[in-house]
Amino acid sequence: MAFTPPKETYTGKVYTLEIGVPPDTVRFGGENVLPLHGFEGIVPSRPVIAYEIQDIPPDDWPDTVKKPFKDVSDDPVSWAKFCRDALKARAIALRLIGTHPDRENRSPEDAAKTVRDILSAIDVPLIILGSNHTEKDASVLIAAAEAAKDKNCIIGKAQEANYKTVAAAAMANNHKLIAMSELDINLSKQLNILITQMGFDKERIITDPMCSALGYGIEYTYSVMERIRLAALLQNDATMQQPMLGDIGMYVWKAKETQARPEDVPPWGSLEERGIAWEAVTAIALIIAGAELLVMRHPKAIEAVEKVVDELI
Amino acid sequence: MALTGVEIFKLLPKTNCKKCGFPTCLAFAMKLAQRQASLDLCPDVSEEAKQKLGEASAPPVRPITFGVGNKAIKMGEETVLFRHDKKFVNPCAFALEIKDSLSDDEIITRVEEILNSEIERVGQKLRVDAIALINDSNDAARLEAAAKLIVAKAHEMPLIICASSPQAAEASLRLYADKKPIICGANSENAELMADIAKTYNAILGITATASGGLDEISNITEKVKALGVTDMVIDPGARKAKEILEQNTLIRRAAIKKNFKPLGYPIITFAQREDGLKEALIAAIGIAKYSSIIVLSSIEKWKNLALFTLRQNIYTDPQVPMQVEQKIYKLGEPTSESPLLITTNFSLTYFIVSGEIENSKVPGYLAVMDCEGLSVLTAWAAGKFTASKIAQFIKESGVENEIKHRELIIPGYVAILSGAIEDKLEGWKITVGPREANGIPAFLKSRAA
Ligand code: B12
Ligand code: SF4
Repeated sequence: MAFTPPKETYTGKVYTLEIGVPPDTVRFGGENVLPLHGFEGIVPSRPVIAYEIQDIPPDDWPDTVKKPFKDVSDDPVSWAKFCRDALKARAIALRLIGTHPDRENRSPEDAAKTVRDILSAIDVPLIILGSNHTEKDASVLIAAAEAAKDKNCIIGKAQEANYKTVAAAAMANNHKLIAMSELDINLSKQLNILITQMGFDKERIITDPMCSALGYGIEYTYSVMERIRLAALLQNDATMQQPMLGDIGMYVWKAKETQARPEDVPPWGSLEERGIAWEAVTAIALIIAGAELLVMRHPKAIEAVEKVVDELI
Repeated sequence: MALTGVEIFKLLPKTNCKKCGFPTCLAFAMKLAQRQASLDLCPDVSEEAKQKLGEASAPPVRPITFGVGNKAIKMGEETVLFRHDKKFVNPCAFALEIKDSLSDDEIITRVEEILNSEIERVGQKLRVDAIALINDSNDAARLEAAAKLIVAKAHEMPLIICASSPQAAEASLRLYADKKPIICGANSENAELMADIAKTYNAILGITATASGGLDEISNITEKVKALGVTDMVIDPGARKAKEILEQNTLIRRAAIKKNFKPLGYPIITFAQREDGLKEALIAAIGIAKYSSIIVLSSIEKWKNLALFTLRQNIYTDPQVPMQVEQKIYKLGEPTSESPLLITTNFSLTYFIVSGEIENSKVPGYLAVMDCEGLSVLTAWAAGKFTASKIAQFIKESGVENEIKHRELIIPGYVAILSGAIEDKLEGWKITVGPREANGIPAFLKSRAA
């Protein structure tokens, strides 16, 4: 029997996003097919992986992932430079975790200064993330967005509880915006609609359907991402055509599998390789599900994922 | 091609006798079209209709059992492209490659590694499932010798023999005649001979294409082999690069599911071997997510197994029903009437993490696991299923009051907010707030016991 490849016809397309200031820009999104289905349409850009850094030293990161940054991580500027120069980071995600009231409760002004220092030291597409305290983030992200004015960064995350303030700050300073909801395609759509109703350009939004790590709910993130992509491409749903974010580092490096010592769990094998594999496998699964932007931590995990992406493109 | 409900209806008796359990023949036909009913429910269907419908209503990906006995692996039977539509049915198997060019000792070490690969996770026993013996030596006698070593050491382990020479294949297959092995290497040149051998030894035949032939060539070979009387096949589309694996696997599964294209309605075998172990893990991850039924690996380090087993478990869980454990009071260690009592929800993941940490603490205790429809602590709380009054009622009805003398209940740190309300509803009880994360439990229990 003759075989005719059953190619899919898609009606929708994911928006292309570009961040950073020329010549240091990166692009992602833009495909008119399911993730990496280059055999039936166009996949103009590869997923972008941003190195995660933070405004305070990574005391709560497990040793495996603290070690590669041990000489630079007590200062965000040297940390960022190290990622850019030594690790060839295509983008950097600065998490302002020190502003969290339960951490150092740093002020919005402190956050703004960190952002300014990084941007004046290096040219790199920057993603600026709050501490995920919706109330505090509102004020922190206003200050951070202003400090990065016109640098074409990504600001996040806007959530149901604070999207008005965060989106307004991103809009006023010409940034892109991450919209995060909780593992539910309808909530995700709803938030995108609310944000665009404020006059925010729908083509400047990145959807974060909420991440989870391998072994800790990744199947939920995986399926929500797949469903968002199907809605975007097959139903041409313009409220679901934003590129998607997988903010994986913080979930992966919390899992027991990235921390438990081999002597405590002999069947799990070497700790360092286990942690790196945990992050890399989580990333690849979400890339297959549709993530175009990833925030990751370990240089070896990122390197391996990049190599496989080379093969996928 | 799949038949529509109306096409199926035309083949039914049209008497609306209801013996199938549906009100009309048409209603039954619609269910058949959606693969939600099976034809044998209708006692009056004609032989002719049976034949026509049988072909069309067979599962789009042929169900095949690889190996025999305890370690047999079920493959195929898949009905959807995306896991949110319906649970993926048969989790892919992992096979470790063993080249027959290795020394006898090396072969035995590798077999032992597989036999010791079992890990328990969230209550399931997970392991490397099979061996892929590769005729790297190109020597029939060596292949046979290697197969002999393997069968002596692991006679129950399902075996894939990869050999393109029918003679070499046959010698080693003889040792596996009653074990339903896979013989991989039928191509357009040797298909007849291979089909013959597969039939003689009751083996599953692995079909491979030449580099340029692709899925068209595979379809021709599977049709030809089927005509020769072999019904159980697996497909190796020849893809080795990540991009090709994604493309070929997607096209095969789509052709089977959406077009009911029988020549590709077989399980897929993916050869993921790479020099770099981490990269190999990532290629395998693509196979797990995208439709491989067997994934061949070149090495099975523990860290790699753990990650791959976990991804497989996650992708193959039921998207509608979270994995859950039974509601009851679990005894961990050998608790006495003075031992602490903790409470959590019945989401499998939550239960296994929490019970594991209580065991780690070496402090014996009781864990009250409450039915919250398989939701995690915070999700159950947010959904109104892990509330003060429900917890109070559960504790009262559980009978735990007869087992313990004290009246103290330790609740998860994330729901600290419930403590007052539970105390109000559970008279005479004291509520203690435990740590938020389960990894804080050992220190918490030890310090109390001290
Ligand atoms: C996966 C997930 C879901 C899945 C459900 C998965 C499941 N089977 O439960 C789905 C998508 C269905 C879902 C739905 C909802 N979710 Co939800 N979900 C999550 C997510 C991402 C992970 C939950 C998980 O699996 N955790 C892992 C398990 C192991 O954690 P755990 O049970 O809490 O156990 C830990 C601790 O509590 C502790 N522990 C457990 N028991 C005990 C006992 C003792 C004694 C001690 C000391 C410790 C202890 O140990 C464990 C490990 O440290 C979390 C966010 C996150 N990343 O945590 C949100 C989250 C739990 N969900 C949330 C919400 C609001 C919801 C919804 C109400 C909203 C919605 N989207 O519609 C619905 C409600 C569901 C319904 N109506 O049926 C919120 C809860 C907010 C809050 N603080 O109340 C969260 C926190 C997200 C957020 N940040 O807002 N969710
Ligand atoms: S049992 Fe057969 S004949 Fe009777 S109603 Fe059902 S389909 Fe029709």
